Formats: sequence, structure tokens, C-alpha cells
Amino acid sequence: MYSDKVFDHFQNPRNVGKIEDADGVGTVGNPVCGDLMTIYIKVKDNRIEDIKFQTFGCAAAIATSSMATEMAKGKTIEEALKITRDAVAEALGGLPKQKMHCSNLAADALRRAIVDYFRKNGKIDKIKELGLEKELEKMEKGEMDDHGEYCEA
Amino acid sequence: MAYFDYTSAKPVDERVLEAMLPYMTESFGNPSSVHSYGFKAREAVQEAREKVAKLVNGGGGTVVFTSGATEANNLAIIGYAMRNARKGKHILVSAVEHMSVINPAKFLQKQGFEVEYIPVGKYGEVDVSFIDQKLRDDTILVSVQHANNEIGTIQPVEEISEVLAGKAALHIDATASVGQIEVDVEKIGADMLTISSNDIYGPKGVGALWIRKEAKLQPVILGGGQENGLRSGSENVPSIVGFGKAAEITAMEWREEAERLRRLRDRIIDNVLKIEESYLNGHPEKRLPNNVNVRFSYIEGESIVLSLDMAGIQASTGSACSSKTLQPSHVLMACGLKHEEAHGTLLLTLGRYNTDEDVDRLLEVLPGVIERLRSMSPLYRR
Repeated sequence: MYSDKVFDHFQNPRNVGKIEDADGVGTVGNPVCGDLMTIYIKVKDNRIEDIKFQTFGCAAAIATSSMATEMAKGKTIEEALKITRDAVAEALGGLPKQKMHCSNLAADALRRAIVDYFRKNGKIDKIKELGLEKELEKMEKGEMDDHGEYCEA
Repeated sequence: MAYFDYTSAKPVDERVLEAMLPYMTESFGNPSSVHSYGFKAREAVQEAREKVAKLVNGGGGTVVFTSGATEANNLAIIGYAMRNARKGKHILVSAVEHMSVINPAKFLQKQGFEVEYIPVGKYGEVDVSFIDQKLRDDTILVSVQHANNEIGTIQPVEEISEVLAGKAALHIDATASVGQIEVDVEKIGADMLTISSNDIYGPKGVGALWIRKEAKLQPVILGGGQENGLRSGSENVPSIVGFGKAAEITAMEWREEAERLRRLRDRIIDNVLKIEESYLNGHPEKRLPNNVNVRFSYIEGESIVLSLDMAGIQASTGSACSSKTLQPSHVLMACGLKHEEAHGTLLLTLGRYNTDEDVDRLLEVLPGVIERLRSMSPLYRR
């Protein structure tokens, strides 16, 4: 069902927790659907200096959160934005097909944390420059669920 | 290892396996053959049929062997409805039935039958007054399980048969109840009753539908006319023999075993509910002796099950995240739970080989698993 890497990240998740004075916070998912994750980032000199996550969900949801934070740690904002859902799944040695959409949300949570960082620091121009307007719009509207088509609730 | 998933699969009892083995090799005949190998096989099948019938006090009817409880349920619902369609096309099925009852009922709806689903209360108990209200001259069949396989709630089946008073046939899916509580087709007033072999420690791939003499069915599997024309296909003799042996053992031992499991069950429930924000699913009293179904707020069931497995404990969940369809259990939904509540469900089902040490192990590990997952959850604030 799950790869050894998924089991490893589920059992020993990296970067679990909350950053109280985070520079950016991103949340996606919906508890009704069974997956909700929040990513917290600290940014220094355009680099993700620290990153933590909290996740409600299945093993895949926890493992993808853990892996995405590992991949993003120490990266520049631009590099971190290149982390896609597929890249996270690949780094975990693949995910079961039905879990690709509903549980693999960490890359989206990370993008939102970055948008939140820009928003809080008055860098709206960077949001436009990096093509993150859609994320910002959803966040302003308070839309949490990025996987509606798979969740009939 | 502490295995608490007996409802998903049970091991075959050693005594059952021993009874089956000769029918794999030396006594391999086909019951339809007109020679000594055939006679021996036929006799063995007949003996098993009597043992299975006896287990449910089924002298007033016959046992038809099938490939399992799913096929038995299909035969009962589709076979009975098709054969009796001239009398009416109205069918009542409870909302918490196994999918092997619900999906045949949906199939019949597409064939022009009218199916209504009997609602349940918060403990999953069937609303008998609904049946009373909905019963019509053209109602031909009512199907209600004896007890629910997920939440363990025992249904008021005797009350239902009193309400029906013979006006419509009553099918009882007793897959989860046989071997756990008394199952007597006469006391229940059943016209058809489904029994599974593996659920009483017999081999997988065999089950039975007990059918009262007066009830007429149409087969759903056609061929050489075995099982009195109701289930074609050369009989699975070794498995049927094993099923018979399992029925014989169950008839002798179920009361003692149920008492033992009830004690283990109550120990688990009493202790698990000490975990904060944990709740029991299903009926607190009218409950199968082997069933524990609890839910924990702020966490998801698949994570609980996988964490327990890493600690050598096997369990199950009604969470959507662990199902093929990514839908939460229809049973929990019918009980009125919200999706987010159903997600945190843990199902523990006990069986013949569970010990107090297994329960000790579970109670030692589970609180830490819940705590660990909650500490990761953004929904949990303390």
C-alpha cells in the first residue's frame, strides 16, 4: 500500500509543530474530507530558515507534510515554490493513486505560507511576479479546500 | 501480535482444517457422480448441511451453500424479489445493511422494484415503527441484519417479524451474529437467513442461505442445477465440510466464548473511553460481545490503525481515508455522525484467540498513539 519512505515519514515525521512567531502560515484541506494541514515558515534573507507543520489526516497526509518541509528547509523562496505535489510524492517513492489528490496537499500549504509571508510584509508585487495571485485570492476568500472534486462532503 | 480485526478475517480453526483435508485429496469426488467417490462427497455435503441448519435451529427449511455471505445475500434479495415480483415490487431494506444487501437492492430498483431504506437511530438501531408505517399489500420482502458488523448493534429482529406477521418475507443477514449471540430462525421468525463460514472460523469462500420451506426463490447463478437448482456449480466439498465442522464447534462452544469475549470487550471499552474526547459508536448494551467501535476527536482513523500495526496490534476503521471509494462508512453516516466524526473511528473486533494479554498490550499502546497523532493535529488545542 505505502512505500517504506511513507512509513518512515509517518512514523518519524520531520518538522512537526508550530512556529509561534511565524513569518508566514498556510493552511489547506478540510476536516470534513479528512485532511487538513498547516505549514509555518520563518524567512530570513529570502530563505526558508525554519519550517514546521501540523496535520490532521491519514498516513499519506502526514508523510507528505513531513517530506515537503524537509524539501523546503533552507531553500530560497523561488526554489521552494518549485516544489510540486508530484515532486513530494516522487520523493516519497510514490503514493497510492487514490491518495495523490486528497492527501498530497503539503506543496499547496507551502505556497500559501509563502503568499502569507509576502502579504504580511507588503510584498504584493512579489505575489504577482511569482504568479501566486490565485492562491492569494483563495486565501482572502477563506477557501480552504483545494481538493473539492474528491470530497463530496 | 495482538489481532483485533476478527470481523475482517478469522483464522480457520485447527479442528476445521483437519476435517477438511481428506476432502482435498483422497475423498475428492463430485457429489453428482454415480459412484462411490460421488456418494462419499454427497454424504459429506449433506452432513455439513445438517450441521449448519442445526446451528440456527433450521429444521423448518433448507440450507443452500454459496460462495460466501455476499452471494447468499444476493440470492436472498434478488432471488426472492424476482421470483415473487407478481405479488408486489415493494421492498424494505435497513440503511445499515452490508453492501451485499444494499447493492442488490439498488440493482432491483433499476429493474423496476420500489426500495425504501429503513432509517436507524443514533445507536444504529432500526426504526421498527417505520416498517409498520410503510408495510403495504405489495410489500414482498424486508431485509434487516441480525447485528451490525461495524458498530455491533443488535437489531430488534423478533419485533420486526411480529410487525410483519407473515405479510412479507423477512430476510436476516446473520453474518455478524452467528457465533456471538443466539441465532434461532424460529425465535426470530426469519424466512431466509445468511450465514458466513469464515465468521465462525470456517474456511473463506463458502457461506449459506437458510430458506424456509414455504419461501420460493429464483436462482441467480445458473448451470447444472446443484443445490436443489438454487445454486449451480460443482460443490466446494472441502470448504463445505469445513463450514459444517465450524458450525458443529460453534454450536457447542459459542456461549462460553461469547461470555469470555464480552468480558474482554468491556475491559477495552471501559478503559479506552477514559481517553479524553473519545466516544462509543453503536449501542451501549444491545451490542455484539466481540465489538468495540470508538471514535477520537481531532485525528484520523487510518493513522490510528497504521500506528497500532507498527506496535503489533491489528485493527480497522470506518474512516473514508481507508476505503476504496474514499467515502466514510455508510453505517456511521446512517447513525447521524458528521464526516469529521466518522474519520476518527477505530474498530476493534475480538475473537477466539484473543487473551487478556492482548488487551493489556492494546491498553498500553493506544493512549500514546492517540496522544501522538493529536499532538500533530492542527485541530487539537490544549
